Amino acid sequence: MTSEKNIHDSSTHTAATIGKVRPHQTQNEGLVFEKSSPGKRGYKLQPLDVPAVDAAALLGKSYRTQSAELPELSEIEIIRHFTRLSTWNYAIDLGMYPLGSCTMKYNPRVNEFVARIEGLAEAHPYRPDSLSQGILDVVELLQRCLLEITGMDAITLQPAAGAHGEFTGILLVRAWHESQGNARRKVLIPDSAHGTNPATAAICGYQVENLKSNALGGIDLEALARQVDEDTAALMLTNPSTLGVFENEIHKIADILHAKGALLYMDGANMNALVGKVRPGDFGVDVMHLNLHKTFSTPHGGGGPGSGPVACKAFLEPFLPTPVLVQGKDGAKHWNYDRPQSVGRVRAFYGNVGMFIRALAYILANGPDGLRQTTEDAVLNANYIRHKLKGLYDLPYQTPSMHEVVFSDKRQAAQGVKTGDIAKRLIDYGFHPYTVSFPLIVHGALMIEPTESESVEELNLFIDAMRAIAKEVEETPELVKSAPHSTRVSRLDEVQAARKPILRWKPAK
Amino acid sequence: MRYLPKSPAERLTMLADIGAQSIDDLFAVIPAEYRLTRDLDVPRQQAESEIIDYFRAAGQKNATDYASFLGAGAYRHYRPVIIDSLVQRGEFLTSYTPYQAEITQGTLQAIFEFQTMIAELTGMDVANASMYDGSTGAAEAVMMAVRVTGRSQAVVATTVHPEYREVLATYAKHQQIPTALAGYDPKAGRIDLAALDAAVTHETAAVLVQSPNFFGIVEDIPAIAAIAHAKGALLIVSIAEAVSLGVVAPPVDADIVTMEAQSFGVALSYGGPFCGVIAVKEQYLRQMPGRLAGQTVDRDGNRGFVLTLATREQHIRREKATSNICTNQALVALMATIFLTVYGKEGIRELAEHNLAKAAYAAQTLSSQPGAKLLFSGAPRFHEFVLQTEEAPASWSKRLLDNKIVGGIELSRWYPELGNATLWCATEMVTRQQIDTAAKVLASAPVEA
Repeated sequence: MTSEKNIHDSSTHTAATIGKVRPHQTQNEGLVFEKSSPGKRGYKLQPLDVPAVDAAALLGKSYRTQSAELPELSEIEIIRHFTRLSTWNYAIDLGMYPLGSCTMKYNPRVNEFVARIEGLAEAHPYRPDSLSQGILDVVELLQRCLLEITGMDAITLQPAAGAHGEFTGILLVRAWHESQGNARRKVLIPDSAHGTNPATAAICGYQVENLKSNALGGIDLEALARQVDEDTAALMLTNPSTLGVFENEIHKIADILHAKGALLYMDGANMNALVGKVRPGDFGVDVMHLNLHKTFSTPHGGGGPGSGPVACKAFLEPFLPTPVLVQGKDGAKHWNYDRPQSVGRVRAFYGNVGMFIRALAYILANGPDGLRQTTEDAVLNANYIRHKLKGLYDLPYQTPSMHEVVFSDKRQAAQGVKTGDIAKRLIDYGFHPYTVSFPLIVHGALMIEPTESESVEELNLFIDAMRAIAKEVEETPELVKSAPHSTRVSRLDEVQAARKPILRWKPAK
Repeated sequence: MRYLPKSPAERLTMLADIGAQSIDDLFAVIPAEYRLTRDLDVPRQQAESEIIDYFRAAGQKNATDYASFLGAGAYRHYRPVIIDSLVQRGEFLTSYTPYQAEITQGTLQAIFEFQTMIAELTGMDVANASMYDGSTGAAEAVMMAVRVTGRSQAVVATTVHPEYREVLATYAKHQQIPTALAGYDPKAGRIDLAALDAAVTHETAAVLVQSPNFFGIVEDIPAIAAIAHAKGALLIVSIAEAVSLGVVAPPVDADIVTMEAQSFGVALSYGGPFCGVIAVKEQYLRQMPGRLAGQTVDRDGNRGFVLTLATREQHIRREKATSNICTNQALVALMATIFLTVYGKEGIRELAEHNLAKAAYAAQTLSSQPGAKLLFSGAPRFHEFVLQTEEAPASWSKRLLDNKIVGGIELSRWYPELGNATLWCATEMVTRQQIDTAAKVLASAPVEA
């Protein structure tokens, strides 16, 4: 099949196939509030088996006199409302979602099934340890697996997301330095880093010092050696970098830091390139976070929930957040709160336990061979895309790619077409865009991470689409600049949204 | 491996295509001494049926058939079936943060609806798209108040959830935000207004209280607001039990409301994932952390939604951002949105009233057993109450467990001054029979020798 337009005409309708898609109907649907009318019900409570109370009398002046204007709908309307909304979304379940750095891989359904098993989903966090041994077994096994995968010595699962893990990790760094008598003042962050890294260092009370990347997009060892001093607490390093490049002199980086008493923090956002092939604990990393919602397949869910475990070397273990899971002599597991050197708590309870269950189910489904094959396929897919597109899109860094490849829009920009336009045009071809304009060290970046979840057929369709768009840029650039053309809404006015923010519905007066 | 859509032959063809001899060529950049040359020591690859067996066994080991009076920041409410039917639609479940608005209108409109419902419930002008949970939301709210006021201190009620206070302490330490505690009136179980008044100064950025507070008691928000505002401090009200808003007056005198929305259809799941929220008065909007969905139009004038005001956020502002938060709890917020749509305007009130009735009956029944007493009995409560017993809780809770009942949680670990006090919660899920049984077992203390 070709990627050119393939028009199918009949006497009754016209449906145009472009790439792998053909338009279909979607339902219009208003806001849920606009569908409400008083007296409709979507619920029925069971009869009250205790005496009713006079709420106004019990609560006095704390009684709510005016009800919140929540919508009133029947069950079928609620089902249709949210189902219709769902059909306006693109999703991994529909096709390739090559957002670089986000690792949009398949989310196995057995994970969802086991996370909802009654004894796990309904466990209250304060139930006695004697009634929680099952879930504690799950936590313990996941901890053990993640330590083996990372090559680290100790771990906390408490952080709720990647940035929260960064926060926790940098607090460990700080607590350790304090225990050595000096918290130090600054954290070094490469200019290719995620925005969460500098934001994290700042909320941990550190000054952020920018580290300029070298000509290969990696850490400039000489610059690093110049910038690391006795005031440097840590380097926050993403490895592979946001360019998808493995820092092959990682051991020298660690040595330079350690020589000055600074620590190496690894942002594990790109761990999908490493699992089963190499372990951060073996190449000098002192502390790192993982994103269970990236590497370990827990669903992104439209923006969360995530989970950001932090693994560290033994010397940082005393500083882990409270509580930590321990096993008594009788084999029973319990939470230990007696941790005098701990950085404290970063979240109520124990973390996003529902995500732990899913991540462990993923690890069990893979086993050691599956985890390694997963990494290999992720890297193979990225390199396949790189090879097939490098003649059409500018490759600013020639360094070998791991799990993602970063092009620039240099050639297309000459025609006035930017990375954001190409991204929007991809939508018309049935794909979610890649990550646009990141990392910042590449002007007009196209950051593509296919993950291991794509078949050759889907990859080829993506490559065909990117080729077709490159051709359109030459021949009909306006078509690309005004994309997308096939979506429910065309490009939205973001300036208006920000200038006069409308952040909630209000009833018409 | 069943999740990987490639045949061995396809892998070889792809490698040949890109000019690689073997997959190892693609990993050659990793220094040889660090490459892992063995299998990871994790359990072997399992069949789906084995995975289900493993987790079912874990669930059974956890024990499921206990009645529970536990609350304290995590509440068991009925979860309508359609919540899981809808959130498991792949278009919601397997979609990313809606940065590409044209193909994520579903998520964006749902967030906009969520923001509207939270604003309605809390009495604030705007709400964000969610935070990690109630505890981190409270800490972020204090940091926000510091930015808004340009002041650097906080006053925190001791009746705020102890774990929320611990989280705040972790954040505040490195932001150099000294926090003073304001205690509670031992009779009423509410914040001691005189002590609060003494603690708040012209350096105070924020007063943080919880209502209903950790003892289940509704605080006098207008009085607290007057004290905070008199010194130019912001009032932050944390709400750990969101269902209370069906019947408890919204804290309209607050400047910032931070809430845990777990009660809106989110499983307990041993403490997470839950769903935090920050809602504020409009004038503080640009200092609010977290994502926001806003309404706009497309080129043809159609209504649509986008993530907006991103210049507050880390991916634009880096170290100058309002917070380092990136991922939020979108799918959990969707659960809450569906829950609130199911119950609606009348249902949320009726549900809250049922909780009030169950707790009133439970408090009355349990406290009339010999040796038991209701603490803070005069103050307005929602669905939690503090019971003091002559018998040590460790002793009677074992008796309850033998009868498959998990009783109230001991407060002495956080409030040693309360002695044998325990915190009980009765939601609509607790039956009269369970309450009566608990009372009977509680009363059957062994005869003292």
